[in-house]
Amino acid sequence: MADLTPADPGPRHILRGPAGGAALGGLIVPDQPCRAAEAGPRAALWLGPDEWLLLGFAAVETPFAVVDVGHRSLGFRLAGPRAAELLAGGVPLDLSPAAFPVGTCTRTIFEKAEIVLWRRAEAAWHIEVARSFAPYLCDMIAAIAAANGIGGQER
Amino acid sequence: MTAFRLPSGGRIDRGRTLRFRFDGRSYTGYPGDTLASALLANGVHLMGRSFKYHRPRGPVSAGAEEPNALVAVGAGARHTPNLRATQVELYDGLSATSQNRWPSLAFDAGAAGGLLAPLLGAGFYYKTFMAPGGAWHRLYEPAIRRAAGLGTVPGGPDPDTYTQRYAHCDVLVVGAGPAGLAAALAASANGARVFLVDEQAECGGGLLAEPEALIEGKAAAAWLAEALAALAARPGVTILPRTTAFGCFAQNFVGLAERLTDHLAAPLPGLARERLWKLRAGRVVLATGAIERPLVFAANDRPGIMLAGAARGYLARWAVKPGTRAVLAVADDSGYAAARDLARAGVAIAAIAELRPHVACETFGLPVRPATAVVGSIGRLRVAAADLRPIGGDSVGGGGVERVPCDLLLMAGGWTPSLHLFSQARGKPVFDAARAMYLPGEHRPGEAPDGLASAGACRGVFGLAACLEDGYAAGEARGGPATGRRFAVSGDLPPAGGFEGLVPGSPARKAFVDFQNDVQAADITQAVREGFRSIEHVKRYTTTGMATDQGKTSNINALAIAAGALGRPMPAVGLTTFRMPYTPVTFGSFAGHARGELFEPVRRTPMHAWAQARGAVFEDVGQWQRAHHFPAPGEAAADAVARECRAVRQRAGLFDASTLGKIEVVGPDAAAFLDRLYTNSWARLAPGRCRYGLMLNEAGFVMDDGVVGRLAADRFHVTTTSSGAAAVLHHMEDYLQTEFSDLRCWLTSVTEQWAVIAVQGPRARAIVAPLVEGVDLAAFAHMSVAECRVAGFPARLFRVSFTGELGFEINVPAGHGQAVWEAVWAQGKAHGLEPYGTEAMHVLRAEKGYIVVGQDTDGTVTPDDLGLSWAIGKAKPDFVGRRSLTRPDMLAEGRMQLVGLLTDAASAPLEEGAQITAAPPRTGMAAIGHVTSAYRSATLGRPIALALLADGRARIGQTVHIPMPGGSLAATVAGPVFHDPEGARLDG
Repeated sequence: MADLTPADPGPRHILRGPAGGAALGGLIVPDQPCRAAEAGPRAALWLGPDEWLLLGFAAVETPFAVVDVGHRSLGFRLAGPRAAELLAGGVPLDLSPAAFPVGTCTRTIFEKAEIVLWRRAEAAWHIEVARSFAPYLCDMIAAIAAANGIGGQER
Repeated sequence: MTAFRLPSGGRIDRGRTLRFRFDGRSYTGYPGDTLASALLANGVHLMGRSFKYHRPRGPVSAGAEEPNALVAVGAGARHTPNLRATQVELYDGLSATSQNRWPSLAFDAGAAGGLLAPLLGAGFYYKTFMAPGGAWHRLYEPAIRRAAGLGTVPGGPDPDTYTQRYAHCDVLVVGAGPAGLAAALAASANGARVFLVDEQAECGGGLLAEPEALIEGKAAAAWLAEALAALAARPGVTILPRTTAFGCFAQNFVGLAERLTDHLAAPLPGLARERLWKLRAGRVVLATGAIERPLVFAANDRPGIMLAGAARGYLARWAVKPGTRAVLAVADDSGYAAARDLARAGVAIAAIAELRPHVACETFGLPVRPATAVVGSIGRLRVAAADLRPIGGDSVGGGGVERVPCDLLLMAGGWTPSLHLFSQARGKPVFDAARAMYLPGEHRPGEAPDGLASAGACRGVFGLAACLEDGYAAGEARGGPATGRRFAVSGDLPPAGGFEGLVPGSPARKAFVDFQNDVQAADITQAVREGFRSIEHVKRYTTTGMATDQGKTSNINALAIAAGALGRPMPAVGLTTFRMPYTPVTFGSFAGHARGELFEPVRRTPMHAWAQARGAVFEDVGQWQRAHHFPAPGEAAADAVARECRAVRQRAGLFDASTLGKIEVVGPDAAAFLDRLYTNSWARLAPGRCRYGLMLNEAGFVMDDGVVGRLAADRFHVTTTSSGAAAVLHHMEDYLQTEFSDLRCWLTSVTEQWAVIAVQGPRARAIVAPLVEGVDLAAFAHMSVAECRVAGFPARLFRVSFTGELGFEINVPAGHGQAVWEAVWAQGKAHGLEPYGTEAMHVLRAEKGYIVVGQDTDGTVTPDDLGLSWAIGKAKPDFVGRRSLTRPDMLAEGRMQLVGLLTDAASAPLEEGAQITAAPPRTGMAAIGHVTSAYRSATLGRPIALALLADGRARIGQTVHIPMPGGSLAATVAGPVFHDPEGARLDG
């Protein structure tokens, strides 16, 4: 089973610049590709060599470029033993625990929508999707779940 | 129990009887049956009519290669044509119909076409239906389509659901026969992720029809069950029956079509009918087996004539006797295994016509006639006798022919390795002359197909023990030690021998090579006589191998006959290309969920619901839906647009500009970066001020434009066209990363962060002012930007205009868009505020001569062509496209320049895209430009147009002509600004 529920991670910012390894709000900005660092309600997701998605930071003090993107995307939590199977309906990446361990994050696609996918636990995922693509993503996930007999869907 | 069902045995469930219908008649069968096995158990061999001659046909095979027994299953929208009865799994209530017959299978009026057979030979389409012109489409093609169809299309849109899934594995094994099972066992021994797929309902391949063989002391069926159980117990193993690997693409990307519900009488509602797997494998082991070859002799196509291995399969798997008295035409040792199994099941073996002079294998005391060919058959709807002739006997006139009565005639012509997937993966087949078969060629690591190996019969390794050992070795991890695992097998009768081409002493006419396309040996020799030399041409001329079965049973025989006619060795004739799909795949599978509402993402702005509630008519702009106009009840679109335009010019209008592309450019070098990307100068733009920016590509042509606001020394809010947003961001990021990596500045797309509410018109300030906190609007000049609060929400307020009127664009976080829109709407009511859509926006901007990039430009337009030279920072040392602007043709006379066109006030607007001529148009005259935008202007009470016109500015005041559907219109060339050329209205 797998459940899709809205997840409001609070404020969102994009941090750009040579910030890898820097201390920020109680966490270290991850230098390693496709890794997320978490500290309490805050997280920094590596999206590129000079780009991170910061979740849960009320304000960001840094010498680099910070842009408020709190309304740019919507967050969803997808959890359950069949969540990875459901994601494989639209994500071309290898989502096995060996290839995509807990703490991995990446920009990818779900069918025709660009998403940020972050594995927070073995069977719990966080998805960020641009606001206008959210209805498409949710409807597509619901359709894939129904077609594959994966229940427990919520919108 | 039905007449031809054996009392025991078979892999069927006799505990339950299934009822089904074929061509309206009721029959029974068992779970585990295919439609073909169940019909054969009922004594029904006649299952279809042939494509061209409407000859009666029965199943020649028991599997995917079946060329004859094509049926349609289901009705209405679920009607599925061209299914192979040998693959259709039986369920209770199944209803199937034969194809290509009228009025009935047993009496087919079209069979009279057989009388015309001499006229329907190779290339008859090309020769016969040439004249009169047009008759092909009107007359011949419809008639031929009706007479020679393969099924009919379903009666409605597909009501089923299809799903897709990505998967990744270490090893994919295609085919769950002995080689594939052994490969999967070896590959998964150390916990690797292994996919084992098989197109049949049951895994096992050839093991399912091996009643005699023992593997490691166990019956083949028992060994199979243990192997499958062992595989299923390994967590890394995924076993997918009913799954066809239909396509093998680059880097071991393999398409799998899994049939989920077709075998069920009542599938759970909502579940997908099929699942398309998009699988990426580290390694692929192809264990796709081999397909038995028919023998080509005259009248080798009657019902009751089938492959020897198929008959064995029907006996062992479905406990079906395919006949009572059999003649076998044998050129391969495996034929004797079929003869043995049939004899033990009580089928009389009338004769075994052995093509070879000597037989080396066990013949079980059966009546073998060495050096004898079957050269013909008789019978109407079922074979009644075979004509046997000693090889070397009289070749003409029937001398030496013995007619042997039978109701079953089996062909053991040898085996053709299945190279389809290997070939699709860019593998090169090589010809083994000694065995007359194409085999997978050797390849070096790094060459296509890398990480792909063939094992077992598909690479010419025959016999159970050899296949198991070959498969095991192929499955073992690369780089590790090969275990050299052996398998002890007894009771197996491996294939050896084989024949290809027309059998000696048989006429070539009615000797079918390709059953599905009705291609005879005579057609191929005729094609050669007519000058075709390459098999690719012979194939297209005769259509051999071009049916839905892609020549699985016919390919090698066709090659051999062509080679023989040409007097050249087989490989010199060439080998046709194997293309995906291996067997047909439904369109539904490829479409997956991408149909209807989910075909494409539909992007809606934060204020969409408000516009919808107002009755807005939307238009698609890329993936966005934008309000085109807001008609009052009963109001025509043109009237609504005119009303909206008047509202903006006279009072105020409210416009949703949220789809504008937005990029936040941040960093100490942000201004320097924009200086290089835009033609304009940014260094001296003060924080709090905006500027219209023009972006060129390297070639110097306009690629985008938009207003850029400076929020702080190191922060710019850049807007782009709605459609250019992604391209501009990529263009900028590309330059930043590759050319200007010295600049400390970074880009972030904020298109979806901000909802944009445009308030335009003389009352705009009065409407917006009460909602704004933190900015003194009285002192807020045109082209200003400020961070403030609007309606209580944080906002970026721009004073800009795309209408020529006093205007504001309120940017608020998208989640607050609707609330702020409603606040503005409430505030504006007293001022006569009206919402306006994209069409009014276009009219208003055209009245002012403001361009739309991509509409008034076409990728060949410079700033000067548009009259925008003022937007070029003359003092700047460089910017993208600057160098190109000095090329001679960019400065030459005669360039297309943006102008306005004024036609008679009462005329209809010009057509956008219409050509422009210097004199009234006539044939042969060259165009001197084209119309880019054209509208009826309510403000001016006349049609207006923008155009790109050669030397346009020099022609102002002249008359030009525009051909229109009702005749040409004359227009006066004007400047592109029709309304308020002084710009006085920008201040309200």
